[in-house]
Amino acid sequence: MWFPRLASDRVLRARPLIDPVGGPFALTLKSNNTERIYCLNETAEGLGLTRSMSFADARAFCPDLISQPARPDLDARFLATLRRWATRYCPWVGFEGDDGLVLDVTGSTHLWGGEAEMLSDMQSRAMRAGLTLRLGCAATRGAAWAFAHYGTGEEALTDLPVAALRLDEAMVTALQRLGLRSIGDLTEAPRAPLARRFGPDLLLRLDQAMGHIPEPVTPESEPPSFATRMSLPEPIGLTEDVMGLTVRLLAPLCDKLNRHEMGARRLTLTLRRVDQGSQQVELRLAAPMRDPHRILPLFERGVGEVDAGFGIDLIRLEATQIEPLPVQQIGSVQTSPDQLNDLITRIGTRIGLENIQRFLPADSHIPERSFAIAPAAFSQPDSAWSCPRPRPLRLFPPEPIAGHGAEPPARFRWRRMSLTTGHAIGPERIAPEWWLPDETWRSGVRDYWRIETREGRRLWLYHMPQNPGWFVQGEFA
Amino acid sequence: MNTDIARTSRSPYVLTMRVDFHTVFPLRHVRVHEVYGAGSMGFAAMAAAGACLWIRESWLSDTLTPQGLLPVFDPALLLLARPKDQTDALAVAEEALKDGALPFVILEITRPLNLREGRRLQLAAKTGGTTGLCIITEGMGSNAAETRWHAAPIFDRQSSDSTLMRWEIKKNKSGTIGAWNVRWDQKTRRVHVVSPVGERPGSARASPD
Repeated sequence: MWFPRLASDRVLRARPLIDPVGGPFALTLKSNNTERIYCLNETAEGLGLTRSMSFADARAFCPDLISQPARPDLDARFLATLRRWATRYCPWVGFEGDDGLVLDVTGSTHLWGGEAEMLSDMQSRAMRAGLTLRLGCAATRGAAWAFAHYGTGEEALTDLPVAALRLDEAMVTALQRLGLRSIGDLTEAPRAPLARRFGPDLLLRLDQAMGHIPEPVTPESEPPSFATRMSLPEPIGLTEDVMGLTVRLLAPLCDKLNRHEMGARRLTLTLRRVDQGSQQVELRLAAPMRDPHRILPLFERGVGEVDAGFGIDLIRLEATQIEPLPVQQIGSVQTSPDQLNDLITRIGTRIGLENIQRFLPADSHIPERSFAIAPAAFSQPDSAWSCPRPRPLRLFPPEPIAGHGAEPPARFRWRRMSLTTGHAIGPERIAPEWWLPDETWRSGVRDYWRIETREGRRLWLYHMPQNPGWFVQGEFA
Repeated sequence: MNTDIARTSRSPYVLTMRVDFHTVFPLRHVRVHEVYGAGSMGFAAMAAAGACLWIRESWLSDTLTPQGLLPVFDPALLLLARPKDQTDALAVAEEALKDGALPFVILEITRPLNLREGRRLQLAAKTGGTTGLCIITEGMGSNAAETRWHAAPIFDRQSSDSTLMRWEIKKNKSGTIGAWNVRWDQKTRRVHVVSPVGERPGSARASPD
């Protein structure tokens, strides 16, 4: 199965409005600093555009070309979906390059009434799905590839050009210069000089196509699905019943996660009601986890909020986001990280996982930027703090006070308190970071003073020499 | 100096049983305490001095800085929760106290607590074996609190760059009250009592001069 226009077909399937117009369409991919055409639809190919021509040239040829950037990762995912679909014909399906599938249909054609019926079924289904599909069916994998890419009708393998042997371009050109144009020419030529001149690769490909050397199809293993479900003969409505069922669903799910050394990061419990409405309980965990008895209590809050209506008759539990979680040695004294992660998850279900934060060091002299606040669930603690001078425990947005000159005022009023300066320690000059745009630091350098007032409060004041004024920005412990 | 008769005898009006600082300051475990005053954030940091959860409502505009915590304990040990209102803050505090994964929970209160809420926090601390501390403004406390402290920085005329504070225990469910001048000793990372404050009639407020 060869999908010659897989990428553009995928995009055009998602945008059905373009296709009826039938205008030329191209996907572009940036390579070596040039936008090049990655894939074309049939109309565009008919207009003489080719792949890997530069996009500027293509637009000059064809001004009404519609284009879109290519997404090879999505193409690969689409091909994986097609691979899964193709297992309806036979269980042995593997990838062939990045735009083809190879099926070992030995023993399964009779289920479709013969080879021809199966091929026509494939073709018609692909056409209905809007995909261009070229099929080749032969006794060997190499021959099937040749028919899919170069076959036009009823010819034999020996009539196909040498390019149908999956050779690289330089070798094809060299063979054509020697007058060996078709596979038939190649089989009749003496093997020893060919091997001497072109290396073992050519003969390997030839033998694979002719069936002298076996080439097995490697089926892709099905990716494990981490979901369990249970349908009930009678609807249920009590919270305890739902939790009881959740236990029974969690056990096999966690077993499966354990076998694959994975941990769930996000779990979704779908409860379908008798009236076909369904409700979801989502659980986001602070760390990957696969312990049923630890996950279960975390569901309690979400399940309690579900409206059961006339009753629930189907319950499905899926791990929608999983992360690798290697098996660890247990029995060490430190078990606190797990307990802490459970706590973060539990609090996170109430106030949101991103509202539980921790401080991380940041490289800056600006007081507001000398630390970063990151969600605790998505960061690791870091103790690399450096702080050569005392810093206030509390920072607030700068509050102006009355003061003149570069020396700190002897008396000032702040927050309706009159304060008298006892000790003043400073100045410490901090310059703005000109490479970062920051409105609050636009006004120039600041001279920071630590002021110990006779009333007790220890404040952090600053003075701006370039834009005279005094401000209170923090308070020490 | 369990009972400092000599000092109290200076005042003929108030006869105070003085309580030893070391029996009250590392705050009694498995209880919830309260603190108010200008130095309450410093008090909270020094009382926790280790792994703790600090609950601050998200609309508060001032920020706690890790550099300010650095002389007291490693800020990597601190987790910060930012609930949107006090209902959520109380729920988070109760959950964390009950869980016991973090030995200390600091909660900043923005509206008065009633007896039921205070009692629930006490019960949660008892379940989890943890210690809680509410930072309140004066008069917002609940009757369920084990101790209530007033913490204020005071001016040190001898040396600049000091952390002299006056800590006064205003309420103590299982003992008497007292007041101390303390400072934070950065080398040993513990609170150092400079001097007990003499009790005089009419000296309820800290009078630095």
